[in-house]
Amino acid sequence: MHMADALVSPAVAGTMYAVSAAAAAYSVKEIKLEDLDRKVPAMGVMGAFVFAAQMTNFTIPGTGSSGHLCGGMLLSAVLGPCAGFLTMIAILAIQCLLFADGGLLALGCNVWNMAFYGCFVGGFLIWRMAAGRKMTKGRITAASVIGCIAGLQLGAFSVTIETLLSGITELPFAVFIGMMQPIHLAIGLVEGLITAAVLVFIYEARPEILYGYAQEDGGSSGRMSRKGTVTALFAAALVIGGVVSLFASGYPDGLEWSMEKVAGTTELFARGNVYQLAERLQGITAVLPDYAFKTSDSAAGTSFSGIVGGVVVLAACFFICVLIKKVKRSK
Amino acid sequence: MSRISDAISELHKLDMEADKPGWLQGIHPLPKLFVTVLFLVITVSFGKYELSGLLKLGIYLIVLFVLGDISVKLLLKRMKVVLALVCLMGIVNPFFDRREMLLLGGFAVTGGMLSAATLMLKGVYAVSASYLLIVTTSVEEICYALRRLHVPKLIVTVLMLVYRYIIVLLKETERMTEAYALRAPGQRGLDYKAWGTFAGQLLLRSMDRAQTVYDSMMMRGYDGEFYLRCKRAAGRGDYLYAAVWSAVLLFLRAGSAG
Repeated sequence: MHMADALVSPAVAGTMYAVSAAAAAYSVKEIKLEDLDRKVPAMGVMGAFVFAAQMTNFTIPGTGSSGHLCGGMLLSAVLGPCAGFLTMIAILAIQCLLFADGGLLALGCNVWNMAFYGCFVGGFLIWRMAAGRKMTKGRITAASVIGCIAGLQLGAFSVTIETLLSGITELPFAVFIGMMQPIHLAIGLVEGLITAAVLVFIYEARPEILYGYAQEDGGSSGRMSRKGTVTALFAAALVIGGVVSLFASGYPDGLEWSMEKVAGTTELFARGNVYQLAERLQGITAVLPDYAFKTSDSAAGTSFSGIVGGVVVLAACFFICVLIKKVKRSK
Repeated sequence: MSRISDAISELHKLDMEADKPGWLQGIHPLPKLFVTVLFLVITVSFGKYELSGLLKLGIYLIVLFVLGDISVKLLLKRMKVVLALVCLMGIVNPFFDRREMLLLGGFAVTGGMLSAATLMLKGVYAVSASYLLIVTTSVEEICYALRRLHVPKLIVTVLMLVYRYIIVLLKETERMTEAYALRAPGQRGLDYKAWGTFAGQLLLRSMDRAQTVYDSMMMRGYDGEFYLRCKRAAGRGDYLYAAVWSAVLLFLRAGSAG
């Protein structure tokens, strides 16, 4: 579900960075109330564990394919939602930097789509259902499966919205969502079962590792309260809903479509200095003027002459750089 | 080679590349991070039909790859994943957007074809720019730059610790996977009956390791603070690097605006 940089517009990337940063700031504030000195190394090692465990192929019976465990859900179950969320941010940053899995600019989107839903929604569910009362294997399994499915469904929905708002794909909303949600339902089910298997094993072997287990008979210190979690989720929903809807109305991706319907053309006839500069530059780089435009006023950026010009500039740049390098080496 | 060995070897290669002497490796991490992010923002700011403008932005990558003597072998490998995803998103565009935008000889190029090509080029540029950053800057240096940008200490520390322990735990996982494979010859992946015990054992070992790490950190005087250092302070050359590239990138963007 990792989004690449090419799939987001700057506005969507910026918005998602802002909401993810807000969730991270909340988590940093909450986690400071816990035993941080001991927790930090655990977060580092658990992050590396999730990374390593995701490299393992868990064979899905009867299909011949494999799945992996749900990192956010598992980290929440062991470290708690806030520490799990911060650890997931580190994992996603390393995945994008070292393995090109996701993008630097799309990191805000990926943190929201995978870490936020996995840790807060999944974590919230598992700890309300399992840790909220007496833990049993059945409760842990149910919570893991429901938490993973819910997290992945929300994440897949967010990916769809973010991609469509970025104006990347021509896929209609209904088709896109129809493709994304069912496949992630199946993935969520498998990931939930794998996560449940691991958590049940831990529950049987060393239950004290599970977050909140020690406080089972005591208070709920260190565990997120229902009110707190619902308030955080509600605030996040308000922020993203408000910001995204503002963004959607301010920068509609269907602008050209609307113009075509209203004015019968998709072209902008306004002539500004920047536009004229672009035209002049393109005029200079147009090395094949015989290739005609489909219409005389088509968008400048789509002209074949401009594209060839770009290739020529890149080729020239490449040869100049090679030349400079050779000169440097000969010295 | 297994997926895990592949990942370990890739991490080693990236580390070695970042440690190599070179003028690009010698630039302060903060300007490098700034220019990379600016390049990414400008790349994705191009409209879906602005292929010609986007092409010119490739100057940044060509100059740095050629003059920085950066190997493209690892890059091509990384490109596979992203290109597959981007192609998947872009491949449908020609079917939904059939407006004819221009004629190439007798062949009509539709809006969908242009937007798909733009999307793929954006994907290539984004992966190349991130690769350029990581292949010339160590993770420690990136963490230092993040701290300078006031990213919370806790997040940066966890990022650094995760990075440090990835190889240790990958090797642990590889050992366990090999041991499992030897006991279950001919079987691909983990049987569902072993899901819990396998990953659970790995998790327990990781938690024990976390305790050992904590103890050893305490023995060395850990007081909750990780001190990140850069090899040297940012100089005039570093600021010049950031200023020149910012100007070039903004000029290329403004020149393509319409």
